[in-house]
Amino acid sequence: MRKYIFSRIGYMFFTFLLIATFTFFLMQTLPGSPFNDERLSPAQKEALYERYGLDKPVAIQYFQYLVNITKGDLGVSYQFDGRPVTKIIGERIGVSAILGAQSLIVGTILGLFLGIIAAFRHNTIIDYGAMIIAVFGLSVPNFVFAGLLQYWVGVRLQWLPVAFWEGFEYSILPTIALSAFVVATIARFMRTEMLEVLGNEYITTARAKGLNDFVVIVKHGMRNAMIPILTILGPLTVNLMTGTLVIEKIFSIPGLGEQFIKSIMTNDYPVIMGVTLFYSFLFIVVVFIVDLLYGVVDPRIRLSGGGHHKNT
Amino acid sequence: MDIIKIHDHDYELEDELFEIAHEQQVDAVRISGASNSFWKDSWLRLRRSKGALFGLIMIMGILFFAIAGPYMNSYGFDDQDLTRTNLPPKVAMLEGISFLGFDGVDIRGVDQYAAKGVTNYYWFGTDDLGRDLWTRIWQGTRISLYIAFLAATLDLLIGVAYGSISAYYGGRIDNVMQRIIEILMGVPNIIIVILLILVLQPGILTITLAMVITGWVSMARIIRGQILKLKDQEFVLASRTLGANDRRLLLGHLIPNSLGPIIITTMFTIPTAIFTEAFLSFIGLGLQPPIASLGTIVNDGFKMLKIYPHMLLFSSVIISVTMISFNLLGDGLRDSFDPKMRR
Repeated sequence: MRKYIFSRIGYMFFTFLLIATFTFFLMQTLPGSPFNDERLSPAQKEALYERYGLDKPVAIQYFQYLVNITKGDLGVSYQFDGRPVTKIIGERIGVSAILGAQSLIVGTILGLFLGIIAAFRHNTIIDYGAMIIAVFGLSVPNFVFAGLLQYWVGVRLQWLPVAFWEGFEYSILPTIALSAFVVATIARFMRTEMLEVLGNEYITTARAKGLNDFVVIVKHGMRNAMIPILTILGPLTVNLMTGTLVIEKIFSIPGLGEQFIKSIMTNDYPVIMGVTLFYSFLFIVVVFIVDLLYGVVDPRIRLSGGGHHKNT
Repeated sequence: MDIIKIHDHDYELEDELFEIAHEQQVDAVRISGASNSFWKDSWLRLRRSKGALFGLIMIMGILFFAIAGPYMNSYGFDDQDLTRTNLPPKVAMLEGISFLGFDGVDIRGVDQYAAKGVTNYYWFGTDDLGRDLWTRIWQGTRISLYIAFLAATLDLLIGVAYGSISAYYGGRIDNVMQRIIEILMGVPNIIIVILLILVLQPGILTITLAMVITGWVSMARIIRGQILKLKDQEFVLASRTLGANDRRLLLGHLIPNSLGPIIITTMFTIPTAIFTEAFLSFIGLGLQPPIASLGTIVNDGFKMLKIYPHMLLFSSVIISVTMISFNLLGDGLRDSFDPKMRR
């Protein structure tokens, strides 16, 4: 176990280093400079380049960059007049985290519910209905769903605000849009797992003892079916991360995703690099934790095999 | 060496030593029906799945319109005409039925066709530059599908080659190849795609390549698992004994026997690629005008969502239906190719 953890941590570091390097050199080859303003004189430009260390050789910039990352310094934004990238991330991440957590919680609860009733009422209209909802949730792109929600619920019915982030009711539509994929993924997964679990002999035993359906499902069925759900947490995290990009843009929510898109538009390299590294770090850590949890929860899993499935 | 004599006495095989076989015994050997090939068997099971059939039919319909749709009227996909901007949809046969929304009346109840003096019919309406949305959307569908199929094909080629070599040769080669995969698995695809598109200018080819760079990994893993399972089976041993070389074993036996998982994975790659391309368009890294994909048209639709919802509606519905169809077909194929599901 300890050997496994150490090798995994080694991999994590190496992967992260690879991403950092890749990000750095890609940004070097980017066309356009953040200081393309024609009003700047060459001397002013030079001063700016010097200030941001852009006049040094690439190799030195690279090592400086790596050293700075270990200190938690991701550089300063070009657009926001020298504000540290970590500070920008810190200010923005809160909103995205709330949105992401809300969607994950709502999505998981709804997904579990749908999956369980679909399995319990296998091959009935309820099962088919739940699975049709799941296919929709899985297939309809989140920005399309968000747009339709915004139009029907926000503009036509005027039930909920269509944009901005000024209170709980502002978060309802974005949360629904973002959680659709979570609901669908978990519902489908849970249904398959429950069907398998419900076919086991210990379920028959539990029923034979006279336990009611609720106890059988919750105590005997759900507990055992939940374990493999862990494996989809990795893909779900990625989906939530990319989801916040578009959802925050559509609903004008001042989160990290919205900032990332803005930075792409304005060639604000340090912010792009910083947010990329941040997202990658998040993903790597989540996958690591999931793999560890998997081994802890279910000792039958052979650790070296790893447990997670990849999905874009 | 002498032939050893086993029989000291001559036995006579007389008739009473034999019994006539009963009908039952004969039946046991008789095959009840014609033996099904892998394909026929899979097709039979696929046909039973309503969802998969529905998906297949919808995909054929979408393909038909993606190919023929742009030629169904006389407008070009990038013909701009500022006298006919923002027209709501109007269809000749359906204009009498007002609740369908094909009567050329916008959401404020104004007949834009009468107001602008336009006598032509625009089935899906026009956009803010007066381009016909019907032509544009099907042209966009064509490009989205093209990107998706191209990405899926490249994923397939790279993934199958990588996975099969890794599994077949095993040992140190497999070890090294698997370490590379393990690292790539730790990288969030979409981030890499975004970074690559930032550097390469967005275009059909660059978007496809950016998706393929990380996309082939899942195919490679699945093929590796499949071939690891197959390569020690007797038919491979038999073929090897008969003198088959590596190339023949891989291309003639191992890969054809992995076709099920290959097809299923590809089926799920296509909607993912359609989504990724649309996602890139949406965050401003998509195809540049005048070329349009479904993603860029959806993105354009957001600009005037409040006053001209038809621009978002049709492209949204078509991209959603495309994704749903491919997912349904993929699900159906997974069930019908998976021998464990056989009853």
